[in-house]
Amino acid sequence: MTLLSTRQLSKSFGGLQALRNVDFDLERGRIRALIGPNGAGKSTFVGAVCGRFRVTSGNVIFNGNDITRLPAHHRIGLGIAYSFQITSVFDRLTVHENVALGVRRHLKANQERVNKQVCAALDKTGLRNRADQLAGDLSYGHQRLLEIAMGLGQNPQLFIMDEPTQGLAESEVDAFQDLLQTLCQETTILLIEHNMKVVMDCADDITVLNFGEVLAEGPPAKIQKNEKVQHAYFGTQT
Amino acid sequence: MDFGPHLFLAILEGAVTAAVISLTAVGLSLVFGIMRVVNVAHGEFFMLGAVVAWWIATSIGIHPALGFTAALIIAPIAVGAIAALSDRLVLSRLEYDPERTIVATIGLLYVFQQATLMTFGPDARPVEPPFNHRLAIPWIEISESGLNLTWPWGLATTSYKLFVIGAACIIVAALWVFLQRTRFGLIMRATQLDREMATAFGIPVRRVYSVVFALGAALAALGAVLIVPVQQAHYLMGGDPLLLSFIAVIIGGLGSLPGTILAGVIIGMSDGIISVFFSPTLAKILATLLVALVLIFRPQGLLGRAP
Amino acid sequence: MTVREGLLHFVLLGILVLLFFVVSDYHDGNWARIMVLAVYAVGYNLLFGYTGLLSLGHALFFATGMYGLALPIQHLGFAPVPAFLSALVCAAVVSSAVGFLALRTSGVAFMIVTLMFAQAGFLLSLYAGRYTRGDEGFVIPQSARIIAGIDFSDPTIRYFAAFFVFAAAYLLIAWLIRTPFGKCLVAIRENEDRARMLGYDVHFHKLVAVILSGTVSGAAGAAYAFLFGYAGATFASVQYSILPLLWVLLGGAGTTIGPLIGTAFAFYLIDFSSDLTTAHLLVVGLAIVLLTLFAPLGLAGEVRKRIVGWLP
Repeated sequence: MTLLSTRQLSKSFGGLQALRNVDFDLERGRIRALIGPNGAGKSTFVGAVCGRFRVTSGNVIFNGNDITRLPAHHRIGLGIAYSFQITSVFDRLTVHENVALGVRRHLKANQERVNKQVCAALDKTGLRNRADQLAGDLSYGHQRLLEIAMGLGQNPQLFIMDEPTQGLAESEVDAFQDLLQTLCQETTILLIEHNMKVVMDCADDITVLNFGEVLAEGPPAKIQKNEKVQHAYFGTQT
Repeated sequence: MDFGPHLFLAILEGAVTAAVISLTAVGLSLVFGIMRVVNVAHGEFFMLGAVVAWWIATSIGIHPALGFTAALIIAPIAVGAIAALSDRLVLSRLEYDPERTIVATIGLLYVFQQATLMTFGPDARPVEPPFNHRLAIPWIEISESGLNLTWPWGLATTSYKLFVIGAACIIVAALWVFLQRTRFGLIMRATQLDREMATAFGIPVRRVYSVVFALGAALAALGAVLIVPVQQAHYLMGGDPLLLSFIAVIIGGLGSLPGTILAGVIIGMSDGIISVFFSPTLAKILATLLVALVLIFRPQGLLGRAP
Repeated sequence: MTVREGLLHFVLLGILVLLFFVVSDYHDGNWARIMVLAVYAVGYNLLFGYTGLLSLGHALFFATGMYGLALPIQHLGFAPVPAFLSALVCAAVVSSAVGFLALRTSGVAFMIVTLMFAQAGFLLSLYAGRYTRGDEGFVIPQSARIIAGIDFSDPTIRYFAAFFVFAAAYLLIAWLIRTPFGKCLVAIRENEDRARMLGYDVHFHKLVAVILSGTVSGAAGAAYAFLFGYAGATFASVQYSILPLLWVLLGGAGTTIGPLIGTAFAFYLIDFSSDLTTAHLLVVGLAIVLLTLFAPLGLAGEVRKRIVGWLP
């Protein structure tokens, strides 16, 4: 069953066309990776899905409903979680409160249930014993994990992660991959990722963007062999 | 007086206000454009200019023209120095954080104003103009016998007021040349465009900021020296120029010099004209509301283009 | 509410009650004034300290409350209680309108827009001098300050009325910041974009914060007019927009006890310097500059940072 689709999605900033007629479909329960060279429109695409700005034309359909005109907070309320590319945790609040903010928004329940869900999210990301620290005092790697925990706390149907492994040490990336495998049992994941090992190991399908357009789409093995992709993407990788 | 001559007189009075407000507003706009900070103490630099001018003029006191000329040179320099000092001691230490700078300049506003109250006192004090000829203005009237040249009673201005208008034009033109044609002007514009880049190219951004802040204050002080023979120096006189130049900067589009000058002229003129015909309080109410609404609905200014 | 926080609130309010019996009549009068002005600071703190919105136009709300109570008493013969309700309604309406318009901007533009609205309000109170008597203001007669036979111009009654209003505002905010709503305000202060992407309607939360903050400030203005029997345009001037900012900065933005501490400190600082010079606002200016430079967290904020981390 399709969870998220876009139809003819376009966005231009001034004269720059950042997205051009993107048609996109994501099945429930899958891990989809979104790759492409810098400036290909990946962050713009997920930004359009989350409603961080108005699109120029086209539609975003989530769970069968057209959400193109909904403001961002409304879309999050429907079950989309978004983790930021540049870690964007609440520095001066505790780790627990960071996650609780996300939990409270959708759970609107008593404190006990909120606490339970916060703890669950912290357990999954291994941050439980740091719950009372200020988020700003965490190491960079732990802040990235906190971003994920904040998303998990929202219990999303669709979890969008914008370069979650950026700046992580190799051992941390491995741990993240394990985490991703457990997450895909409970949610659908849309992942922007530069680390090809993570993409090839974890993603069920890959969408390649280039110059704001979909260049190719398919399972990792197929994408790896795609000549256009090799030319546009791997060719420019150094 | 008939309506026609009355309006003409209002326009003349308005032009004097416009000249002074344009100068003051250009100073504010320069600081905002380049340093990206709002200087709430700008009106106090205006006030300090007037007070310093009074002080110089009375201590020289040989001939009004000599005292005035000295004030015209020394007051902007003195006020610029005070501004540079404030920049070094306060603004630079706040890293020019926009919100903290506003709060700090509010503090500076009270410091300057109250320090003046303690030293200069609560009285308004006049400065004698260097020259002040009364110029009666003729009026052409259409009557049954054709065109008639008349000299309506009260329709007059002074040579000094015309001098203020002329001097303001010259100063603004000189500033324009300075910004467009000199090396320092280029450095300032480069700093405005990209602060990091300017630092990378070895421009001493801190020092440029100090100079810009001093220059902005000096322009306000110049405006004050020009107006003080007409208006008298007083420790609370900074409020109106601050408000009016704020309005000019916002209407003209934040940080745009030509926009600011044009808006300064329009606002000065309308302030002069409206005050003649309507209640000045009502005019100010409408003007402040207009500024708020412009900022809300057209943040690029009335004259600016949408981004 | 945790036990230690409840204890803190209880002790603080207890001290204010005891204070009346300890200090001299002169200081009782001062503290009545401080507590009413601290209500204003508490209202300001909700917006500035907890939501992170810096308004330079709160005098508009204070004065709206003041005139919202005083004008109906003076010109329409309202009884005190309906007049107080009228003040609250006026403050809520004005802050809704200002919030609705000003929240389309942010940062520096928000500061200037609020400043301009307040300036327009101040000029309006001068323009309507026929009713407000402008700068000179007008006195609310003692006969109009009696509710159910209790004379609110009596110093003892006045002290405890001020205490009651302060306690109500203080506890309201202390409670509010512990609710999910209040915690969202803090999240908006810390990182607006992140709060939005956690699903919060940031604009709505800010608007409610402006209205609550404006209404509490208006209540302070109404209480001031009623308890001290005077309403004047000075309270609408820009100086009265700057003062709550100073009080909150001084006491500690985003702390529950900060507004009272800051108001009391500034009150006695100005009181003391008034004896020395007519230019007592110099102290205000210097305090603002020094605070922004060296102690941006304020007194309670520094205490929280260095000693008691749990301080609400």
